[in-house]
Amino acid sequence: MQDFTDALYTAAALIVHLDPEVREIVTLSLGVSFTASICAFVIGAPFGAALAMYRFWGQGAWIVIANALLGLPPVVVGLVVYLLLSRSGPLGSLGILFTPTAMVIAQTALGIPIVVALVHRMTVDNWATYGNALLVDGASRLRAMIPIMLIGREALLTAFLAAFGRAIAEVGAIIIVGGNIRGYTRTMTTAIALETSKGELSFALALGIVLIILSLAVSALSLIFGRALTAR
Amino acid sequence: MQRWPQFLRASAIATFVTATALLCGQAGAQEKSIVVASTTSTQDSGLYDYLLPIVKEKTGIGVKVLAQGTGQALDTARRCDADVVFVHAKSAEEKFLAEGYGIRRYPVMYNDFVLIGPKDNPAGVKGKDILTALQMIKAKAAPFISRGDRSGTNIAELALWKNAGIDIGNAKGPWYKEIGQGMGAALNTASASNSYVLSDRGTWLAFQNRGDLAILVEGDKHLFNQYGVMLVNPAKCPSVKKDLGQQFIDWLTSPEGQKIIADYKINGRQLFYPNANDPNA
Repeated sequence: MQDFTDALYTAAALIVHLDPEVREIVTLSLGVSFTASICAFVIGAPFGAALAMYRFWGQGAWIVIANALLGLPPVVVGLVVYLLLSRSGPLGSLGILFTPTAMVIAQTALGIPIVVALVHRMTVDNWATYGNALLVDGASRLRAMIPIMLIGREALLTAFLAAFGRAIAEVGAIIIVGGNIRGYTRTMTTAIALETSKGELSFALALGIVLIILSLAVSALSLIFGRALTAR
Repeated sequence: MQRWPQFLRASAIATFVTATALLCGQAGAQEKSIVVASTTSTQDSGLYDYLLPIVKEKTGIGVKVLAQGTGQALDTARRCDADVVFVHAKSAEEKFLAEGYGIRRYPVMYNDFVLIGPKDNPAGVKGKDILTALQMIKAKAAPFISRGDRSGTNIAELALWKNAGIDIGNAKGPWYKEIGQGMGAALNTASASNSYVLSDRGTWLAFQNRGDLAILVEGDKHLFNQYGVMLVNPAKCPSVKKDLGQQFIDWLTSPEGQKIIADYKINGRQLFYPNANDPNA
């Protein structure tokens, strides 16, 4: 129990004093994961909606793939992105391995299947209900996509949050492609892994508490945001 | 409905701001910095937290350290993803040089390995020499944690078993656990399971979660632990920042750098002993 009480005190001290290094780590974590979930959303949402609205060859396979990739292990994504971005890999000339950009790429890859699967699920129902009406109105399927997404905007927010949650919580991918470099690619989760390996268990747990508080804050903000979206 | 465009605009602005911030952060950090692939022991012992700000102040070079373990660090360099390697397994380093990935190896410092185990010492190894101690652990099948990750410490441990006349590949049983992780993780595992474990002294001194563990064997000449540094060969890897990398190596092995390394202490105990001038190291 000693560890837990120590951790609570340390976490409180970290938050009250806003230690500059911790602040930097928190900013990077939020920045990388937020950017990655935006990217995953922009790529994944239209694709997920299209999977429900169009009929095309191999559609079933895409849906199966997106759902299967929900369980994609971050460490595998990390390894693939690492091999692609390595100087001896196909994209090595970009020189972005061990940078925050590489971390955004890995977390985007992790977020896309979540967004695709959730947006697809939402669109299937809404398309069944409103699809015919929208097409009768003379809209093409491409144009109908915007009203369909507007109808399901709360589900879109959920999809975005799910992608963000996956990104902010994972350590397996970013520790490989970011390298956990102090003051550069060290995030909340990689810092927790490092402090654990130093045997600083209370401090590691304190960082974990800060991470949970951040997640609560993001979740609460989106709830307020979601209410603002629906209230008219 | 009218709120939707606002949401889009807000997201677009947020994305733009974050992306810009990230890009700027990257541009700033790319100035005069090198990537050093290194070991978990130098990081977990706190050496880099102490040393790198001084390097930055004295040479202006920002050093980005990847703490990976010797085997993985050398592989990272073989893929051209690092500028300098700073590791501790002379045999593996010489192989790296022979393959042409490095040009020259510079000895930097040494410390020693220690055998850590439960204070009540079920295998009775306290104060024995390391080879006898390993034979006793094997005979009693006392729990032993191995790094199992081709790190410098792991390579040293395997060589010690061999020197003790034990073919660990065949002799290992459920008592011998290869965890495949860094030094700190191995100590955490040993602490939680009251096992024996080989550690470098630096990580042990900095380690905070000792539980019932203590040093049982130390000071044996077999336990010597030499660290070396090498620039990755620019002929093999054109992306290597050879001037900055060499400048970092020159500083580490200079009288000034060597003194700074010697000055690193935890609770008054020196962790690393500089020996850049020893041609045999």
